[in-house]
Amino acid sequence: MTQAGPADSPLRRFVGEFSENKAALAALVVVAAIVLTAVFAPLVAPQDPYDLASLSLRDARRPPGYVGSGGYTHLLGTDAQGRDLLSAMLFGLRISLEMGLVAGGLALCIGTAAGITAAYLGGRLGGALMRVVDLQLSFPAILLAFVLSALLGQGKLQLIAALVVAQYAYVARTAHGAAAAERHKDYVAAALSTPLRGRTVLWRHILPNALPPVIVVASVQVAGAISLEATLSFLGVGLPPTEPSLGMLIANGFQYMLSGRYWISVFPGVALVVLVTAINVVGDQLRDQLNPRLRR
Amino acid sequence: MTADVALAVADLRTHFFTRAGVVKAVDGVSFTLRGGEVLGLVGESGSGKSITGFSILGLVDDPGRIVGGSIRYRGRELVGLRAAELRAVRGREIAMVFQDPMMTLNPMLAIGRQMDLALAAHGGRPAAARRARSVEILGRLGIPEPARRLAAYPHELSGGMRQRVAIACALLNRPSVIIADEPTTALDVSIQAQILREMTDLVRDTGVAMIWISHDLAVVSSVAQRVAVMYAGRIVEDGPVTAVLRGPRHPYTRGLLDSLPAQGRPGEPLAQIPGTTPSLLTRPAGCPFHPRCGRATEPCRTAEPERRADGEHGFRCHNPLPEAAP
Amino acid sequence: MSRPAPAATRPLVELAGVSKRFATPAPLAARLLAAIGRAGADHALHAVEAVSLTVARGEALGLVGESGCGKSTLGRIAAGIATPSRGRALVDGSPVRAGERKLTTRVQMIFQDPYASLDPRMRVGDALAEGPVAHGLTRAREARAYVAAWLARVGLDPAFADRFPHQFSGGQRQRVAIARALAMRPDILVCDEPVASLDVSIQAQIVNLFLALRRELDLTLLFISHDLGVVRHLCDRVAIMYLGRIVEIGPVAEIYAAPRHPYTRALLASVPRLVIKDGPRAGFQPIRGELPSPFERPPGCPYETRCPLAVARCRAERPALRPIGPVLAACHLAEGGPGGGPAP
Repeated sequence: MTQAGPADSPLRRFVGEFSENKAALAALVVVAAIVLTAVFAPLVAPQDPYDLASLSLRDARRPPGYVGSGGYTHLLGTDAQGRDLLSAMLFGLRISLEMGLVAGGLALCIGTAAGITAAYLGGRLGGALMRVVDLQLSFPAILLAFVLSALLGQGKLQLIAALVVAQYAYVARTAHGAAAAERHKDYVAAALSTPLRGRTVLWRHILPNALPPVIVVASVQVAGAISLEATLSFLGVGLPPTEPSLGMLIANGFQYMLSGRYWISVFPGVALVVLVTAINVVGDQLRDQLNPRLRR
Repeated sequence: MTADVALAVADLRTHFFTRAGVVKAVDGVSFTLRGGEVLGLVGESGSGKSITGFSILGLVDDPGRIVGGSIRYRGRELVGLRAAELRAVRGREIAMVFQDPMMTLNPMLAIGRQMDLALAAHGGRPAAARRARSVEILGRLGIPEPARRLAAYPHELSGGMRQRVAIACALLNRPSVIIADEPTTALDVSIQAQILREMTDLVRDTGVAMIWISHDLAVVSSVAQRVAVMYAGRIVEDGPVTAVLRGPRHPYTRGLLDSLPAQGRPGEPLAQIPGTTPSLLTRPAGCPFHPRCGRATEPCRTAEPERRADGEHGFRCHNPLPEAAP
Repeated sequence: MSRPAPAATRPLVELAGVSKRFATPAPLAARLLAAIGRAGADHALHAVEAVSLTVARGEALGLVGESGCGKSTLGRIAAGIATPSRGRALVDGSPVRAGERKLTTRVQMIFQDPYASLDPRMRVGDALAEGPVAHGLTRAREARAYVAAWLARVGLDPAFADRFPHQFSGGQRQRVAIARALAMRPDILVCDEPVASLDVSIQAQIVNLFLALRRELDLTLLFISHDLGVVRHLCDRVAIMYLGRIVEIGPVAEIYAAPRHPYTRALLASVPRLVIKDGPRAGFQPIRGELPSPFERPPGCPYETRCPLAVARCRAERPALRPIGPVLAACHLAEGGPGGGPAP
């Protein structure tokens, strides 16, 4: 133990341990690949799905492998408007990921701030803060998000707000638990007895040590936000038709399922499942590594 | 003497196959335990003393495994025994007392119920006889009103009482060997003193043999007849307690004794062993103690010393300390 | 309250009538009874009760007792980590703490478990520099050299500043914790069982470090321990605590040689001794019984339930600490003169 070099930081050990789980590593590669192709969608997609001029109804609902009027192969077929499905999915992933990351990120920040503040304050004020969170946790996230987006109306910002409100409570609960546990450890007592200011101790000592389980929850929340968004869009209360996310693509193809044109719904569905599963596998590995009770 | 050997451990090796490498926690431990004798197994953290105890009971879990040597209980080999056969020995013939009594006690069961189950598992005595035995053994361990205590749950008892109950559970089936791993370390001195007293009386009255694992030389000296000092997975010195503590031949034992505050003059620096206990992953070549030893010479750095014996007093050292004046 | 004594004769540390109660939620049944007015709902745990003591500059006071006697709570109050429910903790005449804020850097604390008392995610160099920089003892630019000097002072390689706590052994971690406390240039160190979790051979190293630091830095020590041997080795005076109260306090040599209080005597007798003679062992007389529940303090002497000498007066009247020869003891039966404890 003591023989380890000075460069043996917790981060480096962490990366080493992570790469030992091949499934998690593969999942991470999948997530990275999906994120990269989504980010560079305008460069890699065969077609700009928003460019209505390039669409032709002659190409509508063609199966995978069809060579369309554009002169290239539609690897995953085309949708009801004659859009290349692969391109539509890549642009749809962009929107889904954007929603997931922004909503997950905001939920992480707001939830962590609320949870850690409540833990630090303790007493009645902290307790009251957490009761609000608990009250919210007693409603299913999907119900809350559904009602909120119905109330707020369609739109990206409205949906993000609905997702954050539906999800921050999970982060807050986790952050509160982790911070409350750290709050009573000797190193916090040592820092307070130096004395350092309460704020300093909160940000420099309690936050970094309480963060690991919170990050795990937040990573799963990103996947949750993506599937929540897809669900809401599928039900028609999420994003407006001008923002065709994966959920909307699935909804749009749904009516053709029974007529044998399965690909319009299935491929976006598969993409959604792969993305959400991969994020969850990565999240599971993070949890295994960061939870001291599961270690060794 | 040789006829009455309760337990004979020879060249025991228990290694742990971890991510970081092979940890040779126990690496060539040999000793014998005679009937009715208390053997103190002394060492610091990482010396392998607890793993030796666990190995005898077959309680070594993955990634650890006994890779060599033999453990003979009354002539019968325990290494390589199937789990079911080992279970029959464990608890009935050889019992264990842990530092934390909650390793033994089930928090969801009243203590009387647990003791009853332990008795029923190893022989079909009638219920009334089992209850009488439970009450008797609790009383022997200085538990007031033992019959009433049978209904108590572990969380209703103090730490000292819980450890007494755990010891009672170990004694229930009249085992011939008890392995006690730091049984009083977590207790206050006043409770430790009570339990040391009761255990000493029990050993004398029942003739049970005991291995008392501890880091505390003073505790061991007050309960054991023989002592074995472990360092880095091996026994470096063994023999009758008085001989070893009065005239240690191994510099490590000497250092341990000298570093006790009771041995120094108040206010004066204590004799200290420099350095830290070695990592078992990177055990020094030769004698594992040589980097911390003031008497180390060239052979100590290259060759591991074999056990030498002076009567019953054995030690593994190239440059042993001179024999104490009688 | 009397006026503060002039600085020259004033004790460096003064605890005046300090008590600490922890309110615990009473069992439901008790609360229901209280609600209908059938019983008092007082269900507080009295960890420390009306303790007064002083420590002179440069002195080392040992605080000894079994678990639950309140020694750690008292140490935390002296170190300004806990607020007393009643009474005051003063350093050089000024309060250590006001409300929820610790005021002084002159008292620093060292904890029992060096694995828990260092932030696992902070390099030890940063952990050592944090306090001194915040309080202007060194500038951020010069912090590296400042930290290196303190690491060297406790016998560690200054290059260790870049390491994380998990890269150290237990003994090294405790040295880091000591260096962190010393880097605040305190006058007083409160040490809560600082060697209890260490191996025997490492304990001696840390005890020796304390001996050297005390002399060279002119430190005042409040040394909390259950280990009577370590306290005798390191301290000038010792206070024996039982159930939140001091039962005996005085010079180490006096108390170890002739304990006046029956509890002190029994505690000393319970310590296992190295037996290197042949013949019968375990020849001591253990204290009988167990600690009473902290919720049910006896009205008289706290030790009365276990004391072999207790008489009717012990059950009725709580003995106060009073001078008995060179020490203070809280026992009705103790008498003055050398070795003047109650006859066993």
